[in-house]
Amino acid sequence: MSTNGTPPLLETVHVKKYFPIRKGLLAREVARVHAVDDVSIQVAQGETLGLVGESGCGKSTLGRTIVRLLEPTEGDVRFEGQSIAKLGARELRPLRREMQIIFQDPYASLNPRKRVGSIIGDPMKIHKTATQRDRRKRVQELLETVGLSPEHYNRFPHEFSGGQRQRIGVARALALRPKLIVADEPVSALDVSIQAQMINLLEELQNDFKLTYVFIAHDLGVVRHVSDRIAVMYLGKLVELSPAEELYSRPIMPYTEALLSAVPIPDPDLSEQRQRIVLEGDVPSPIAPPSGCRFHPRCRYATEVCTRVEPPLTDYGNGHLAACHHPLNVDEETLRRVQAAPETPADADGSALPQDSSGESQPVPDEAIPKSG
Amino acid sequence: MPETLLDVDDLHVHFATEDGVVRAVDGVSFKLERGKVLGIVGESGSGKSVTSMTILGLTRGVNAKFEGAVRYKDQDLLTMTESELRRFRGNEIAMIFQDPMTSMNPVYRVGDQIVEGIVTHEDVSKQTARNRAVQLLRQVGIPHPEERVDDYPHQFSGGMRQRAMIAMALANNPEILIADEPTTALDVTIQAQIIELIDRLKDDFDSSVILITHDLGVVADVADDIAVMYAGRIVEYGTKRQVFYDPQHPYTWGLLGSIPRLDREKPDRLTSIAGAPPSLINLPQGCKFRPRCPHAFEKCVEHPPLENRVAETPPHLDRCWLAVEEKRELREHTIRGQAAA
Repeated sequence: MSTNGTPPLLETVHVKKYFPIRKGLLAREVARVHAVDDVSIQVAQGETLGLVGESGCGKSTLGRTIVRLLEPTEGDVRFEGQSIAKLGARELRPLRREMQIIFQDPYASLNPRKRVGSIIGDPMKIHKTATQRDRRKRVQELLETVGLSPEHYNRFPHEFSGGQRQRIGVARALALRPKLIVADEPVSALDVSIQAQMINLLEELQNDFKLTYVFIAHDLGVVRHVSDRIAVMYLGKLVELSPAEELYSRPIMPYTEALLSAVPIPDPDLSEQRQRIVLEGDVPSPIAPPSGCRFHPRCRYATEVCTRVEPPLTDYGNGHLAACHHPLNVDEETLRRVQAAPETPADADGSALPQDSSGESQPVPDEAIPKSG
Repeated sequence: MPETLLDVDDLHVHFATEDGVVRAVDGVSFKLERGKVLGIVGESGSGKSVTSMTILGLTRGVNAKFEGAVRYKDQDLLTMTESELRRFRGNEIAMIFQDPMTSMNPVYRVGDQIVEGIVTHEDVSKQTARNRAVQLLRQVGIPHPEERVDDYPHQFSGGMRQRAMIAMALANNPEILIADEPTTALDVTIQAQIIELIDRLKDDFDSSVILITHDLGVVADVADDIAVMYAGRIVEYGTKRQVFYDPQHPYTWGLLGSIPRLDREKPDRLTSIAGAPPSLINLPQGCKFRPRCPHAFEKCVEHPPLENRVAETPPHLDRCWLAVEEKRELREHTIRGQAAA
């Protein structure tokens, strides 16, 4: 899937992240939360990959695994070709400079007892990238870059509005001049009018600083504006991956179709004409995901095969992959070609492995306890 | 003649703080008719939540000062005592809050919290009230309500909690349902479910709804009338069609432009409203939107009244000095983000 011959900046290879649930005196593992289940994606230098899905689909867990705030249970994460999945805290430290994260909640992600100057400047201190005198100047420059004023240097987070706080979070992420930024729902806590400002800012910064983004959101309307490619996740699985515009004009997976139809259209007539697919119920529990296709209990096209066999992630051409037994918007010819050659592309499969619907019997190392980053 | 249930008349809510007087609501008037849905749209700090909470007397305090009137069926809720007001709260006017995670009591079972609301206002047995709670949970689409009624809030997902909140609000068959950002904390898929649910239930229960949101897209389906609020005032008021298809205030244009549109070609940049809302302690002189407005001119230092400049019935009110013809010319560019803001 890499767009050219150079290796991708970021690559996840069959990444799995399970959280053990322990009970009883001996804290025996009784079950596992299948937060991320076998996801392989690549992100090229300068690209923005949108990562979309409902709460509980594992998109944030994947984002945190990518920047190694979490250690994957299985599989590998490669940054610039280097495997970082098993690195320790000390070995990770130089890499922290290269990848940063912007969190969803601008109220919880800034230390209320620190001034803006030290929130943004401390990363430089820790990584010794600027002297004390330089630091002040650099922080003030960053404040201007993200649309705040240099005088804000000595203020505390509570003196700012939600949108301004999120800008502080962006400035902090930029402080070490990273190559990759994982933005975990950076706009969902903001007003619509401020969301637009924020998205425009992130796009400008991408051009100015040559950034690569993994942009996580639950709203397909928001990611369209920033993404080059979009990955849709459902219950820990990658279910569709597509060039951005194609996903909107030609969704293959019924789940994507439903997500698209849930985005409100601010036009009463169009909104009325449009056939809305309202998904029933919530995302099922990732502790015991449904058999076969994990989406089948909520899918309006589901048939018997969907309850039994997990659909493999299939390449429908033009870098558009989807995992579905009843693909939408696929012409006869493509369908025949795909069915004739059912093998999935080497770098994007995983789901084509022998079925294990419950996942509970899979051998997984026991030391898969999340480590704090 | 449609029956007016609620008449908010020139409401002012001011809070005295250490830094000065916060003019949270500054002269808001609207009427809510039976069976109608009024959408109140605005950013954080526009006074939309304070307005709705004041209707139920939830903003009362030593630092709060009120002017104007909130009339519910010809009784002024604003001057009522707490004990008088309690007869109306939950019973005649009910509220759904934004955050379903924090607006339920975590140590009581969901069913018990619904039952409490029922027995407070009606003389029924616990068992009857419980049966009603199960029935209500079924109506809002909770699967297996007979079992889930005994769950604690933490056993519910976000969407289910918001459904349970709606069940609680509808428990006494209220005349008015106030939903304050009912979907903001939820996924888009769940948002679609909840909005559809509110729309359906308002007919089942013959209630009127005030739907408060910061996203015009959310009210496009369900609202009959829309009030756009900015800095404690209504800046535009009209029917849904008037506001969406002939928006008069530049702030409304900005709100419309900020929404990413899936039904259109992707623009290079999203339209955004420059700057941030003003401090409610130090409001700008004249039109409150002037500092952020790309079309401000000399006259805007005078405060524009809310009036029907379009000369239409039903009235389409706005607070902008620009001539209607001029606005119609400017607005497409602003909404599409082509204005040199």
